[in-house]
Amino acid sequence: MSPELVTELPRHLLSIADLNHDQALLILDTAEELAKISDAPIKKLPTLRGRTIVNLFYEDSTRTRISFEAAAKRLSADVINFSAKGSSVSKGESLKDTALTLQAMGADAVILRHPESGAANRLAGWTNGVVINAGDGTHEHPTQALLDAFTIRRHLGTVGGDLEGKHIAIVGDVLHSRVARSNVLLLTLLGAKVTLVAPPTLIPVGVESWPVQISYAIDQVLPEVDAVMMLRVQSERMQNSFFPSTREYSRLFGLNLDRMNLLKNEALILHPGPMNRGLEISAECADGVHSVILEQVANGVSVRMAVLYLLLGGNIGVGS
Amino acid sequence: MSTYLIKDVELVNGEKVAIGIADGVIAEISSKPTGSYDKVLDGSGCVALPGLVDLHTHLREPGREDAETVLTGTRAAARGGYTAVFAMANTDPVADTAGVVEQVVRLGREAGWCEVFAVGAVTKDLAGESMAELGAMAHSAAQVRVFSDDGKCVSDSQMMRRALEYVRQFDGVVAQHAQDPKLTVNAQMNEGSVSARLGLRGWPAVAEEGIIARDVLLASHVKSRLHICHVSTAGSVDIIRWAKSRGIDVTAEVTPHHLLLSDELVESYDPKFKVNPPLRSNEDIAALRMGLADGTIDIVATDHAPHPAEDKECEWAGAANGMIGLETALSVVQKTMVDTGLLNWSQVAGRMSITPAIIGRAKGQGVALAVGAPANICIYDPNQSQVVVAAEQISKSKNTPFVGMDLPGQVRHVFFQGKPTMISTQMVAR
Ligand SMILES: [Zn+2]
Repeated sequence: MSPELVTELPRHLLSIADLNHDQALLILDTAEELAKISDAPIKKLPTLRGRTIVNLFYEDSTRTRISFEAAAKRLSADVINFSAKGSSVSKGESLKDTALTLQAMGADAVILRHPESGAANRLAGWTNGVVINAGDGTHEHPTQALLDAFTIRRHLGTVGGDLEGKHIAIVGDVLHSRVARSNVLLLTLLGAKVTLVAPPTLIPVGVESWPVQISYAIDQVLPEVDAVMMLRVQSERMQNSFFPSTREYSRLFGLNLDRMNLLKNEALILHPGPMNRGLEISAECADGVHSVILEQVANGVSVRMAVLYLLLGGNIGVGS
Repeated sequence: MSTYLIKDVELVNGEKVAIGIADGVIAEISSKPTGSYDKVLDGSGCVALPGLVDLHTHLREPGREDAETVLTGTRAAARGGYTAVFAMANTDPVADTAGVVEQVVRLGREAGWCEVFAVGAVTKDLAGESMAELGAMAHSAAQVRVFSDDGKCVSDSQMMRRALEYVRQFDGVVAQHAQDPKLTVNAQMNEGSVSARLGLRGWPAVAEEGIIARDVLLASHVKSRLHICHVSTAGSVDIIRWAKSRGIDVTAEVTPHHLLLSDELVESYDPKFKVNPPLRSNEDIAALRMGLADGTIDIVATDHAPHPAEDKECEWAGAANGMIGLETALSVVQKTMVDTGLLNWSQVAGRMSITPAIIGRAKGQGVALAVGAPANICIYDPNQSQVVVAAEQISKSKNTPFVGMDLPGQVRHVFFQGKPTMISTQMVAR
């Protein structure tokens, strides 16, 4: 991992669209290297000693925050958790003021979770530090896609290779899913074929421009795929008539035991969490032999270490 | 009152003349002027247009004087070549009574930069529930003829029908902000491939087109006059073209920003591109230009919508809708319509001065340049070009979407009722 490679990454990680094929592979390969450290008895690297990383979370997401925090600490960075839940979009201290405050405090990187799409892009315009998008509204969640791709590659691909020829289904509320948007970009960037499965109300108008196939029939898709990614479905979508009832949703698009039996033997089941057991996924599927859901959590730390390492490793004094 | 002679200027027909101004009117238009004048101004390289008329301006006063006032907004209008603006009703308090519309007109007269006509609200407090006192506003000193709930759609079909019918008694017109509210709850940008990618909630074209289709049919049924604000989609142009072919009395406007800017700009998530209706696709832009060229769309109106910096320096969803546009409108029309060969200067005069004045019943405005006509004149140099700098906008707010763009043309001299408001690109002190 030479400094030349480090400089190849974009300055911020706002969207998977910021990455090209080689950059995406570099992150995955770096994560593999760093995963070995997680397995070693001493889990810390001195790489980011003296660097300050801020977890700026405008939404509750304990799992994502803890994952980034663990990643930063294993690289010896100082971590500040800044929870600003509820203050988004409302008046008071704006995101811009917060950005300037964090910059004045010498933050080298800001990891931003925010309920509004594009918040990370805006933040990047207001700070000298590195911005990592940890989920912005219904836009993107790049590190989630990277850990998903990392998990899939570990099982179905080869280290150093991409996902050429693999077929992955993403099932559920694509319209409101930042996980789906980042995964469509990343999985297709890595050569995989992607099929979106959802009721038409939960697929965005304009999806024709995405490099994916669309299906409304999960039973026809499952036998074909190497991995199926179930998206969280919020029952409040029911109130806006995206579907008539959670029961009907579950019957038409939920992953249950009968459907799991349609999968190929080696096919994977993923879920970005938190799961609605019994709605989009049944307990047998979440905990069964196809499931790699817990691995996703573990891999999240390695992938986030890789992102921090590559974005911050070679840049001494950014933002300070 | 000083007298002026503008020399070596071209009329819209290309004829090179001098224009003499005295006693508030055009004293002579001649290649060999005979009168004597106090001051002589250079008009070489310029085209002489009747003073521009904006049917859709948000002056923000009363209520949001931090964003704009009648004084600052009309000064920005003068800089853009305008001699009249129609102040939209969505102020605080709303312009839904004779008192408010008279106040706005009076403030305009005191400011003296251009004529201000007040638009009256269709419904009380823009709430869509009960009709405002349209007759009182029409018969007030403000002589209101244009009624609009702009910012909100008159979405209730029965209310729209009644308003269309009622304003006929004083030759009024209802200017509709066409937006189906149920289809656009919390909508953030044009619904299409860009919104799909950006994860911003879509504002579908059909939400505009459905209302326009309904309203042209209502206008046809009750034989009333209808105006459509800020048409933004190709489908809307088609519906209006169809309505006109049926003889329905409908007029329509397009904004400069919808003629030039597409929704791809939203990829920056920079709220300077956030506006309602939203920026649309390149296909829509092409259809709007064709519609303006063939007369389906009658006029250009700015929808000048000032907002203070803090209302734009935030996340996209939290930002206010709107863009300022008075100072750049003519340049954008030159770039999109004249330099592309779609309109000549005579047609620009029609679409930015004469026709908007007719739609708004603005007496003394939008009069083609002729001896004896009121001296409302915009002398415009299409050969200049300038990069738009936000801080150089004289509107109180700086939220121009054109910042950094190289736009053609420059307004050189402006006369309002015979008095200069701009001379040699400089605002006249007063
Ligand atoms: Zn409007």
